[in-house]
Amino acid sequence: MVKETIIKTVNLNCYFGPLQVLKNLNLEIYKNEIFGIIGPANSGKTTFLRALNRLNYLNTSYSQSGEIFLASQNLKSINDNILRKKIGIIFALPEVLPISIYNNIAYGPKVHGITDKDTVNQIVEDALKKAYLWDEVKDRLNEPAVKLSGGQQQRLCIARTLAVGPDVVLYDEHCSGLDPISTAKIEDAMQQLKKDYTQILVTNNTKQAARVSERCAFFLMGELIEIGETAALFTNPSDKRTDDYITGRFG
Amino acid sequence: MPRKISEYIIESLIKLSGFLVIIFVFLIFLFLLRDSLSLFRVYRVGEFLFGRNWLPISEPPKFGIVPLLLGSIYVTVGAIIICVPMGVAAAMFIAEVAPASLKHILKSLVEILASIPSVVLGFIGIVWLSPFLKHTFALPTGMCGLTGSLLLAFMALPTIISISEDALVGVPRTYKEAAFGLGATRWQALWRIVLPCASSGIIAGVMLGIGRVIGETMVVMMVTGNSPVVPVSILQPLRTLTATIAGEMGETVSGSEHYFALFAVGLVLFIITFIINFIADSCLRRARK
Amino acid sequence: MSAEGKKMNAAKIREKIAFSVLGLVTLFVVMPILMIIFYIVKNSIGAINWEFVTQPPRNGMKEGGIFPAIVGTIVLVVGTMLFSLPLSVLSAIYLVEYAKDNFFTRSIKLSVVNLSGIPSIVYGLFGFTLFVLFLKLGTSILAGSLTLAIMSLPVIITATKEALESVPVSFREISLSLGATRWQTVRYCVLPYALPGILTGTVLSLSRAAGETAPILFTVAAFYLPRLPRSVFDQVMALPYHLYVIATQVPNIPVALSFATCFVLIALVFLMNLVSIVLRAHFRKKKLW
Repeated sequence: MVKETIIKTVNLNCYFGPLQVLKNLNLEIYKNEIFGIIGPANSGKTTFLRALNRLNYLNTSYSQSGEIFLASQNLKSINDNILRKKIGIIFALPEVLPISIYNNIAYGPKVHGITDKDTVNQIVEDALKKAYLWDEVKDRLNEPAVKLSGGQQQRLCIARTLAVGPDVVLYDEHCSGLDPISTAKIEDAMQQLKKDYTQILVTNNTKQAARVSERCAFFLMGELIEIGETAALFTNPSDKRTDDYITGRFG
Repeated sequence: MPRKISEYIIESLIKLSGFLVIIFVFLIFLFLLRDSLSLFRVYRVGEFLFGRNWLPISEPPKFGIVPLLLGSIYVTVGAIIICVPMGVAAAMFIAEVAPASLKHILKSLVEILASIPSVVLGFIGIVWLSPFLKHTFALPTGMCGLTGSLLLAFMALPTIISISEDALVGVPRTYKEAAFGLGATRWQALWRIVLPCASSGIIAGVMLGIGRVIGETMVVMMVTGNSPVVPVSILQPLRTLTATIAGEMGETVSGSEHYFALFAVGLVLFIITFIINFIADSCLRRARK
Repeated sequence: MSAEGKKMNAAKIREKIAFSVLGLVTLFVVMPILMIIFYIVKNSIGAINWEFVTQPPRNGMKEGGIFPAIVGTIVLVVGTMLFSLPLSVLSAIYLVEYAKDNFFTRSIKLSVVNLSGIPSIVYGLFGFTLFVLFLKLGTSILAGSLTLAIMSLPVIITATKEALESVPVSFREISLSLGATRWQTVRYCVLPYALPGILTGTVLSLSRAAGETAPILFTVAAFYLPRLPRSVFDQVMALPYHLYVIATQVPNIPVALSFATCFVLIALVFLMNLVSIVLRAHFRKKKLW
């Protein structure tokens, strides 16, 4: 099976004010894979993720140079709101709007112009099922989302992202605040989502990266040190720094 | 797409609104300037700013604003002398000494004071304070600068109290705790540490109070006697810049020298309050950092 | 007792004295507020009755009521809100949600500060020259409302800004990350949650506008206008102006009538304040995050 590139960065440099956070990043991510990014704090992993859906620009001191391509289309030629429909993100801490579970998920379709009640109902149900949350909430869709547990809220966040129909889903250390059972549920969901979505996972937990991803990249201080098949990267890294990080000599 | 167009319209309106705010300030300045310049075409600016006689209906009319300026300054200084110590003391009490329930009541009362319309205070001045002062100080009339200063002090109190209280509460707890650790009493910590720390915020509050007092019209028009002569003591009638405009505008003919002179007075007021508020705001912003 | 102990005692005594002084000063600040209200109520009891509040004046103000003035004040308040609320909210939305940190934004913020410091009489002059003369609206409800509206801009803008800034940043991030546009984010994820703050700030600002005299002196106010206004181009009576005139310029009006007018004015202002306080408490209870 020929691997199709869905995301490609060319000489990407990211700056917050005078501080350079990502240096000369060149990598490719293939369609329908789960791509992991590991590395110690402040390596630029989150910055890379947020550069893909241009959320970095919410910070007024941000600037970048270089090109990013989504399925051969330069990101600069896509409007912000369309781009974020195609590339969704799950944040580290589950944040939900103070409205009902249903409305949290229906919000995405609403802002993209889908108003037909039946269509929205179907979208909400599908999204909740894909996030492995439907069974737990199907009888209380009108309850406030804030009443859910942390793990449920994070799955809600996944559902609302899926509801807008993205091509790529970004995970920014999304299990860092969750217990192992919730984490396991989410990891299961991610495996099921593979057939329809490309997923990029940033994590501080190397073991999670090893469990879930097919290919992995190691970032250190803004630079891409090594990239390759997960199994190979973890058992036989070619760069010493990768080896040191994975074995825990630093991090 | 219709959605895109309506969104474009609303975002343009939003940007326009921000712009309009700047426009209004310019408009006010421009309109004042325009009519003031009409005066300065026939009357020397120097005579206006430094002349000691305000006699708009004499032949020829004299438009020296020194008596008015001094009148404004006298009542303002008088008000500040009274309300700054009182306001800061009350702020200290509310912020550091009063128990929580009392604090709530006091702050509500101060808010009530802040909402009393100036014309009501002027009215109280006429029916009670003025006769009271006339009696107490054996004055020919109770309508003098002192009456104005007392009422203005009262009006400026909420501004000074609330900003000073914010400044005092904003001092980091660690400073106070450090003082306690060294054995200081609450008063010593308050007087020697908290107050000096809050001083820039308090000064900003005082400046805002000054700005408010200089710009006040109704109170001074009702109780200071409206006599546009250079005041010698605060116990005599005087006239402020604000009261001049309010009081004489109705008697002028549109387009006459007198009419333009009042706009020139307005321009002077605009500039003075502009400067005071600019300084106060810079102080406040620096204090907050 | 040791020297240390004596020093501690002395310090404690000084603290007690200092705190008592502070408390005394605060009393001096707070007591007059209650005394003023009591004084007004006491002296107006005789004249306040249903007729006073619902009837127009008769016999050159010596008899009858002040109904037209109450209506006039309410009409002006509504007009002020209609003109200043949309503009203020949109400007504040621009400042908080759209503006970048550049010269233009800083100019807008500076303009808001300036507008808040301009004396009310200068607004009156501006309103007279722009609305009454230049735009040929004449002394009218329209001119008066527009003048009061510009005066209210800084207060409502500031209140709206604070309300918008209090909405958690995460709401905006969530909305944008799902592909909503900026305006959609503001409309669905920010504005609904800022509405309480905007509402309370607006009511507060309007209560202040209701009590203002100087801006309406030359732009709308009439003294003896027994009939109610028929169009926005009419002049109108207003409570603050009415109080000012009967207190200073009309002889032989029974004093109780003046007190009664004063009472109605502060009752109206306090009522509006109360509404704002109740709103604030109500929304605080319903706080969703």
